[in-house]
Amino acid sequence: MTTTAADTRAPSPAPSNGPDRPRPPRRRTRAADRGFNRAFRYLATSAGTLILIALAAVAGFLLWQSWPALTSSGSEIASKVSFFQGQSSLASYLGPLIFGTLLAAAVALAVATPLAIGIALFTSHYAPRRLASLLGWVIDLLAAIPSVVYGLWGALVLAPTIQPVWQWVSNVLGWIPLFKGPAADPARVLLTVSLVLAVMILPIITAVSREVFLQTPKLHEEAALALGATRWEMIRTAVLPFGRSGVVSAAMLGLGRALGETMAVVMILSPGLTYSFALLLAGKQQTIAANIALKYPEANSLGMSTLMATGLALFVITMVVNMASRWVVGRRKEFSGAN
Amino acid sequence: MTVLVSTAFGIALVPLVWLLWTVVGRGIGRLDPYFLLHSMRGVFGGMDAGGIYHAIIGTVWVTVGAAVISVPVGILAAIYLVEYGAGGRLARAVTFFVDVMTGIPSIVAGLFAYALFSLFLGPGAHFGAIGAVALSVLMIPVVVRSTEEMLKLVPNELREAAYALGVPKWLTVIKVVLRTAIAGITTGVMLAVSRVVGETAPLLLTVGVIDSINFNPFEGRMMTLPVYVYRQFTAGLVPCNNPNVTCIPTINYDRAWAAALTLILIVMILNLVARLVSRLFAPKIRS
Repeated sequence: MTTTAADTRAPSPAPSNGPDRPRPPRRRTRAADRGFNRAFRYLATSAGTLILIALAAVAGFLLWQSWPALTSSGSEIASKVSFFQGQSSLASYLGPLIFGTLLAAAVALAVATPLAIGIALFTSHYAPRRLASLLGWVIDLLAAIPSVVYGLWGALVLAPTIQPVWQWVSNVLGWIPLFKGPAADPARVLLTVSLVLAVMILPIITAVSREVFLQTPKLHEEAALALGATRWEMIRTAVLPFGRSGVVSAAMLGLGRALGETMAVVMILSPGLTYSFALLLAGKQQTIAANIALKYPEANSLGMSTLMATGLALFVITMVVNMASRWVVGRRKEFSGAN
Repeated sequence: MTVLVSTAFGIALVPLVWLLWTVVGRGIGRLDPYFLLHSMRGVFGGMDAGGIYHAIIGTVWVTVGAAVISVPVGILAAIYLVEYGAGGRLARAVTFFVDVMTGIPSIVAGLFAYALFSLFLGPGAHFGAIGAVALSVLMIPVVVRSTEEMLKLVPNELREAAYALGVPKWLTVIKVVLRTAIAGITTGVMLAVSRVVGETAPLLLTVGVIDSINFNPFEGRMMTLPVYVYRQFTAGLVPCNNPNVTCIPTINYDRAWAAALTLILIVMILNLVARLVSRLFAPKIRS
């Protein structure tokens, strides 16, 4: 898309007269690329490369730091690390953590995705055009609130308030293992955490879905309307099928965020290391990120290495989720959580 | 269905309004000049004292440090992507991994910075600059993406006009392209700052906690606002047994709410100013 300075300035003096002529234009191309020009190009390129190096370094350093824990046996770690007591191997410590992380994120996603689709449809197809950007901005405010404030609010306000609701849910739906009662009081349970996480990932899912919905070809929408479809039928037949992959990718972006969220989980959840689906019982699950933040102050060097190993696992999981979502969305258009 | 879709939007507003209402309601009482201008040094128990001055100093230093690292790198990388890469293999790789990088969990960025500095200084080093490095890992991709979008908006005619006048490319990029896009880039940088200013987990790992004022980001622990909120939260309720001493049982929570309100105000102001900048100083080049 950009023409280089060399291209515009060198009128390329006909590289056709015999084999000894093609040289001058090549030299002139190079002539423009020297001094500050070349230095600046190198500077810009190295900045781009630095990002790749940084990402590789994140993986490399985590691996390097977690190596002692990865190579020593479970009993050896257990003899030196206080929070590792009763664990037979690194895998048996990591397993429940990964399980808790995935469970919290999955529940958050299940709550947030339908809501986000609704909001995205509201701002893209229902709200008056003038109001739409304002409404989008209001939703973006949710993303601007720091996670530690969500944690504070979740632990001190939401958890006490929502406890009767959870009690009611466990009474009515207690036969489902997910909602096994009696609901813990205070409600420092995974369902409260997931609710807060859902609020936190709502903006990103909404933003990406809205962009996709807005891109539905106008002709598709008008064709549906012309065939007598109501607005909802038009959305169901034209907008949603068009936006499906975009929504999937948006949900995965949200999943990536929810997996790595630390403070809200640390401050709300009462932790435990079991493979339990009970969302309303305290002391059952814990997430990787929250576990690192909690155990870090008491960790010795091997303990730190163990935590690094769990961090590496979290890094790998989020990378896979993110790359998959980028791959899905990359086939469509340029979206990013950063714009 | 219209009702259902509108309800979805209404539901999303509930936590937003509820949260803001609580934070303002519980935080405004303590948020006064005394709170802003005093540290926690020598504050204990249920004393009606203590503030966030040390945390504000720390947050400013760490955030400025992160910006100093990530703004040049981010802008240069975006320049590479738009002006030099032009769809090459490296440029595509950079674009892809910048997007992937926006999804790095903040605690992993903290672990990375911790590991990086333990390579040079041995384990257990805690000072402001480590936190700045951790935050810059989170901030760089945001800066790159927003700058890239802005540079792409600069019309090609401007570049070609500069080349036609014999301006070398590097000078064209600096004097024409960047200058045209500066409002959008400023907005992007401020939004990136507002995103990292509330990060807690990486700072907890790298910068640590302290009750005193520390102006030196290269030596000693620093307090930062988000970590302060967390710290006060974990301190919890104070048992008040001695009726002769002034003692507020909820003092730690009060301070946490007031600090949270300060943090939200900072983030909101950054957001508002960023949007104002983009609205007021945007070049008039609607294509």
